[in-house]
Amino acid sequence: MLIVKSTETYYGNVRALKGISLHVDEGEIVAIIGANGAGKTTALCTISGLLAPRRGTITFMGTPIGGLPPEAIVRAGISQVPENRRLFGSLSVQDNLLLGGYHLTYREKRAHLRGDLARVYSLFPVLSERAAQLAGTLSGGEQQMLAIGRALMSRPRLLLLDEPSLGLAPRAMRTIFEAIPTFRAQGLTLLLVEQNARAALQIADRAYCLETGRVVMEGSARELLNQREVQRAYLGRGYRGVWEED
Amino acid sequence: MPIWNPRIETMPRVDLEQLQLERLQATVNRIWESVPFYRRRFEKLGLMPEHIRSLDDLRLLPFTVKEDLRTGYPYDLFAVPLREVVRIHASSGTTGPPTVGGYTKNDLRHWRELAARVLSAGGVTKDDVIQISFSYGLLTDAFGFHQGAEEIGASVIPVSAGAPEQQIGIMQDFRTTALVGTPSYALRMAETLGDKAVPRSSLHLRWGILGSAPWPESVRKRIEDLLGICATDNYSISEVMGPGVSGECEEQKSGLHINEDHLLCEIVDPDSGEVLPAGESGELVITTLTKEAFPIIRYRTGDLTSLSLEPCPCGRTLARMARVFNRTDDIVIVGGVKMSPSQIEDVISQMEGVEPRYRVIVDRAGGVDTVEVQVEVSAALLTGDVRHLLSTQNLLRERLETALGLTPEVKLVEAATLDTDEPRSKRIVDRRRTEGGGLQERE
Repeated sequence: MLIVKSTETYYGNVRALKGISLHVDEGEIVAIIGANGAGKTTALCTISGLLAPRRGTITFMGTPIGGLPPEAIVRAGISQVPENRRLFGSLSVQDNLLLGGYHLTYREKRAHLRGDLARVYSLFPVLSERAAQLAGTLSGGEQQMLAIGRALMSRPRLLLLDEPSLGLAPRAMRTIFEAIPTFRAQGLTLLLVEQNARAALQIADRAYCLETGRVVMEGSARELLNQREVQRAYLGRGYRGVWEED
Repeated sequence: MPIWNPRIETMPRVDLEQLQLERLQATVNRIWESVPFYRRRFEKLGLMPEHIRSLDDLRLLPFTVKEDLRTGYPYDLFAVPLREVVRIHASSGTTGPPTVGGYTKNDLRHWRELAARVLSAGGVTKDDVIQISFSYGLLTDAFGFHQGAEEIGASVIPVSAGAPEQQIGIMQDFRTTALVGTPSYALRMAETLGDKAVPRSSLHLRWGILGSAPWPESVRKRIEDLLGICATDNYSISEVMGPGVSGECEEQKSGLHINEDHLLCEIVDPDSGEVLPAGESGELVITTLTKEAFPIIRYRTGDLTSLSLEPCPCGRTLARMARVFNRTDDIVIVGGVKMSPSQIEDVISQMEGVEPRYRVIVDRAGGVDTVEVQVEVSAALLTGDVRHLLSTQNLLRERLETALGLTPEVKLVEAATLDTDEPRSKRIVDRRRTEGGGLQERE
């Protein structure tokens, strides 16, 4: 479905992605894990068009999308839930959701908008209870649900989730991570970026581990969960060498 | 027969290549971080991991040769700390100091799966009773197949190497249906069967998963006929992994399916090191794509083969390698003519009354290279009619002359006088190396 090949992305002269390759098959949940500054968010933003790659190719459903503007990529069927939610705090919950479908044509809106809204409300019932409330007054967990709901309103085929656990209380995090796998049943494919490697690997099928802009490991989520190197990178224990002492 | 992992083994090549690229880049990034040996080499060439942008860029990377592994003995080329290594194997060291390979838990899981694929391709299912007649020890063969067979769910008999009589006894009593071992051992068992007049009907054998030494088609036919089995070839190399690299499918027996999702194979010109296109013969070079403990980049196997990317009628899309008969270091040049053990084996195995065991002595007399081929013959022939013996000798000489393009001396010797267990590379004894001839054997 999504194929990224040897992609490099720069911030000015700083190369944040040093040639990463990854793929996501239809119906999969794929996680990108890694430490702070490894390039996880950069990778997502390069796919969604918020950043332009300087090298490499990105193909979605057989069409090259690398370097296209974000709105074209949303239309192609990729929607991103940005880090820190980025909601419109002074708008109501419902208005935030409707903005998610902003780019749809009049015909599409007439055909789908009502049903899509109902779908999001059934997925996160608390949002329907607070439909008229200002988004800025929601709790962190509710805001995350709203951000996801807003992305779903654009009818994506591939959903990019950036740090859904960020700043959430454990219970809110659990709610979000329990909801994510259910998206698959609705025909969605997911690419998830997470600093909380354990939580991400528990719901993902496969994962890529990023380190300073490079993929250093890939494999099934179960494999990576058992991988000492991943545990070490994540837990920040920095010993190396053949002979180790505790 | 069932394909063990249909998703991977019948994957469209374009998807497979994406997977290979991702894994190659991850491997290169890992060794750059964790193996100083590789990092030094890359830096010397001005290479950075991100220079590997496509599978074709693999050729930018330097080769790794056996000597590198020996220099790194035992742990210098490991990419993880020893506490993450759960298994250590080593090569036999027949031609020099041993080489060591380590496996993490994930490595073992992959290895099991790949061995299971090779066994499945050869016909083995969970209903089989499988007899492993490789020796258990530092070498990889027995353990590799053992784990693969358990993964499939077959009943494993770890009989190890031993007297053929004992193996046959177990085969009869335990109702073995699949035999795993070397072709020469299978042949010896088949012959013992004949000598001891054990009826084939007392065996339940159906499959032979044979490998780790070259065996011509004629030997395959003999084993299949004598044991009444379907025998498939497989390729294993301890420096890279062990068994599980590639194996024939029992339907086609035309090329060994390479487990390309874990191993990237190239064919290079043995002299220039240049990468050759699919179909051309050259030296097999392997890069591991998933190994954690002991990744290896562009390892020169020394084995001569060719690759085919044609999908196989069995359904597998994985590339196939031709059966390996020669090594780059097996070939001896005699009087300007290249000679390899497999040519001699092929001729000998087609002769009546001649055992497929031989030794070749290459020497130099008065500035001229001479070749003497010693071949074992059955006791019946030796004690029988002298004229018959002579005609066998002449026939053999003629056929060898046609095959080799030079005229060898042929000497017939009594059965079981030549050491059959010695490695194939010792079958050609080159005495030209020592001045004035001598007893030193080539490595």
